[in-house]
Amino acid sequence: MKSAVILLPGLNRDRDMIAALTKIGGKAPVTVWQTDTEIPDVDLIVIPGGFSYGDYLRCGAIAARMPVMRAVAEKAAQGVTVMGVCNGFQILLEAGLLPGALMRNASLKFVCREVKLEIANAETRFTDRYAQGQVIRCPIAHHDGNYFADEATLARIEGEGQVAFRYAEGTNPNGSLNDIAGIVNAEGNVLGMMPHPENLIEDAHGGTDGRALFEAALGRAA
Amino acid sequence: MTLSNTIPITDELVASHGLKPDEYQRILDLIGREPSFTELGIFSAMWNEHCSYKSSKKWLKTLPTTGPRVLQGPGENAGVVDIGDGQAVVFKMESHNHPSYIEPYQGAATGVGGILRDVFTMGARPVAAMNALRFGAPDHPKTQHLVVGVVAGVGGYGNSFGVPTVGGEVEFDPSYNGNCLVNAFAAGLADTDKIFLSQAKGVGLPVVYLGAKTGRDGVGGATMASAEFDDDIEEKRPTVQVGDPFTEKCLLEACLELMKTGAVIAIQDMGAAGLTCSAVEMGAKGDLGIELDLDAVPVREERMSAYEMMLSESQERMLMVLSPEKEEEAEAIFRKWGLDFAIVGKTTDDLRFRVLHQGEEVANLPIKELGDEAPEYDRPWVESPKAALPDFSALAAIDPADALLKLIGSANLSSRRWVWEQYDTLIQGNSLQRPGGDAGVVRVEGHETKALAFASDVTPRYVEADPFEGGKQAVAECWRNLCATGALPLAATDNLNFGNPERPEIMGQLVGAIKGIGEACRALDFPIVSGNVSLYNETNGKAIMPTPTIGGVGLIDDWSKMARIGFSAEGDAILLVCKSNMWGTHLAQSAYMRDLHERRDGPPPPVDLAHERKAGEFVRDAIQDGRITACHDLSDGGLAVAVAEMAMASSIGAAISLPMPTDPTPVLFGEDQGRYLLTVPRADKELLREIIDEGAARGLVVAWIGETGGTELKLPGTRAISVKDLKARHESWFPDFMD
Repeated sequence: MKSAVILLPGLNRDRDMIAALTKIGGKAPVTVWQTDTEIPDVDLIVIPGGFSYGDYLRCGAIAARMPVMRAVAEKAAQGVTVMGVCNGFQILLEAGLLPGALMRNASLKFVCREVKLEIANAETRFTDRYAQGQVIRCPIAHHDGNYFADEATLARIEGEGQVAFRYAEGTNPNGSLNDIAGIVNAEGNVLGMMPHPENLIEDAHGGTDGRALFEAALGRAA
Repeated sequence: MTLSNTIPITDELVASHGLKPDEYQRILDLIGREPSFTELGIFSAMWNEHCSYKSSKKWLKTLPTTGPRVLQGPGENAGVVDIGDGQAVVFKMESHNHPSYIEPYQGAATGVGGILRDVFTMGARPVAAMNALRFGAPDHPKTQHLVVGVVAGVGGYGNSFGVPTVGGEVEFDPSYNGNCLVNAFAAGLADTDKIFLSQAKGVGLPVVYLGAKTGRDGVGGATMASAEFDDDIEEKRPTVQVGDPFTEKCLLEACLELMKTGAVIAIQDMGAAGLTCSAVEMGAKGDLGIELDLDAVPVREERMSAYEMMLSESQERMLMVLSPEKEEEAEAIFRKWGLDFAIVGKTTDDLRFRVLHQGEEVANLPIKELGDEAPEYDRPWVESPKAALPDFSALAAIDPADALLKLIGSANLSSRRWVWEQYDTLIQGNSLQRPGGDAGVVRVEGHETKALAFASDVTPRYVEADPFEGGKQAVAECWRNLCATGALPLAATDNLNFGNPERPEIMGQLVGAIKGIGEACRALDFPIVSGNVSLYNETNGKAIMPTPTIGGVGLIDDWSKMARIGFSAEGDAILLVCKSNMWGTHLAQSAYMRDLHERRDGPPPPVDLAHERKAGEFVRDAIQDGRITACHDLSDGGLAVAVAEMAMASSIGAAISLPMPTDPTPVLFGEDQGRYLLTVPRADKELLREIIDEGAARGLVVAWIGETGGTELKLPGTRAISVKDLKARHESWFPDFMD
């Protein structure tokens, strides 16, 4: 099971993500730089969190237009598993690989804390090692995680089971519609989520609730 | 606007550069002629208080700065301390007070940016940040605005750069009404054989400019930071720099990548007084001259004068001396990260600092004297009068439960969650203890068991009441907070914030505090390896409380045994490690007297450094042996607040007794120093006896004062309070104040 991590200037949870993939997958991911136009043959492509290009335009907007993102889109169209976390989620939305948008948190403040996530669909390739309705712990750290979609889109993704994770037990930290924390595309091979499962994978993190997500995403390829 | 180099030098111009007439005379004597306008700017940048430490140097020299683990003490960008296995921790704390008051978001943001740059300039990847923030009274009209801006600025920069903020302080006091304090700390990890210094070596080598472009922002910032405030402060806004954390993150990665190639001979970040300070420092330290060609400097704006380029404090810039044969490789790395790379000068053998601009030599000064001959003052000082112990026998009685609820729900002792939830406390995946405990703890990446602990402390009201004891206490409390996690305290950084040193009573505070800090650091083997002095923290002649912030670093050998403040189980015995059989009853200068009786008289609690050391070593040993289940030091609010904090952190209640039938108030709220609370399973009677006996054998009192359990906190002589109510009170002050 081979994985790749996309590197863009300003991303800063790349090291966290590389550590998680290495510790769980047993093998370090390859890294792909912003100007690369091809991605090696891998089973999982991850866009980590951070502030690509400073988030000086709209979060993820500049990144979505970099050469490497055309390559990500091609791989996604071929059915390769793609996952974007935090800024990675914002980039996937800006690149049109996922529906909807992420607005500034309702509090208008950056927020870093632990929340509860409900597995809203345990049948995706990212969540099938959790139980349907299971509630897990997961940290968040973002300024723009307030998920929004127009009514028709929202109805469609809800109807098609595209909502993978929902903030649970009243812990919605940002005002997201329907408590949406993570979604998959219609084909089910692209996941975007605001919380950081890579920061809850070992005892030193105080819990391992995020592990099963990586095991699922990596395990598929094995 | 352009500022010509031919502007005539008048008395007013000299004064507006913060130079006194005798200091200007010193310049005339030194160079034997009238300086050019650019040269005057260079002198003002090098000789202001902020860069030259002219009032404090005499006293700073008395601080202990060496130790078996110290690889680099004060004088470089940051201190360096050996942590074993070929690795070192690199750290420093620095103030950004004046800019933050003028423009809170950018002032605080660039304070964080500056301290991070100091750390990675030395070759270290930043792994932890803290910040000590002090604001005016909550009801002062500017306070809320400053808190919003400063907290957002600290977060905005640190979060985007990608360093976890693991600790800090937030305090409110009217003395900061016109002058808030923003003290930013950063620490990084480096290999001991790959530490980079600012000393240039070799003649004729390229001096390279890296990072962001130079603009007009921050021109004269260091001079501004060395002046008192008055009502015209708004006019100073253009002297505050604008931060760009994205560029800084790229600069970090590019610098670390470049350092690996072996191309870097010397490196210095451009902080206060930008290009001037960094170039002079690199040359002077290496006994070399520097020649700069300003036409090669990447600029953001057109028609910038030499004066502006030399004094710009644009952020995210570095100056390096590179091996000529690696120039191309170096340039490629910087281009990859989208950063400017320009050869702007060379090292020379004539010991002159020469600046060329548009074919003209605009400055030609002796480089060593620019730094070494800066004025140094032995300013007159008077010792602060010592207060007698007040008579508190006629104090109005207050129910201890009411007092506790008021204290933990007050501006200064309430939860800081509102603040630290705006900081990324988790990034890098190594945070073992986040804000809210005694110290922040970060795992050493790549090592199975090692971790570093970080704490920042000072109790300004103690320092005001007795600078010497207060200085000791700041060090002792920081050291204690590290011990309370089980860490071996290694070394510290000091950030000395005071008023106008030209006033003897303020100078007396500075001298007293430095003496106290020195004494405590020597007694606790806790050397000062870096630091910063911020003077003139006054507005309209009113000084802040003396605030010597101490940032400490400790090493934990095995983090699986690390202690936390929350109770870990019901049925644990609670032990108080202290000095006296009465446990401690010193109420003068306590949070209790300030917040419940509005009294600020009397001396602070004295610090017995021999006891402090014994208590710390005892606690540390007990933690490292894995014998205790929780630990917390006692500080503001005394025993009652410490027990309450342990209960709130765990949602487990506790019942506390008294040493003898007596008035519970001094026992519960006294702030005697050198005290810790420990818990051990009550069922393990042997262990309990062992710990108590061992404490006694080491000359300590280890009193069994109560037990954990239930959902209520039961203090002696009053009603029980549910932990839920305590938490609600503790958590509500900040959001109620801010939102």
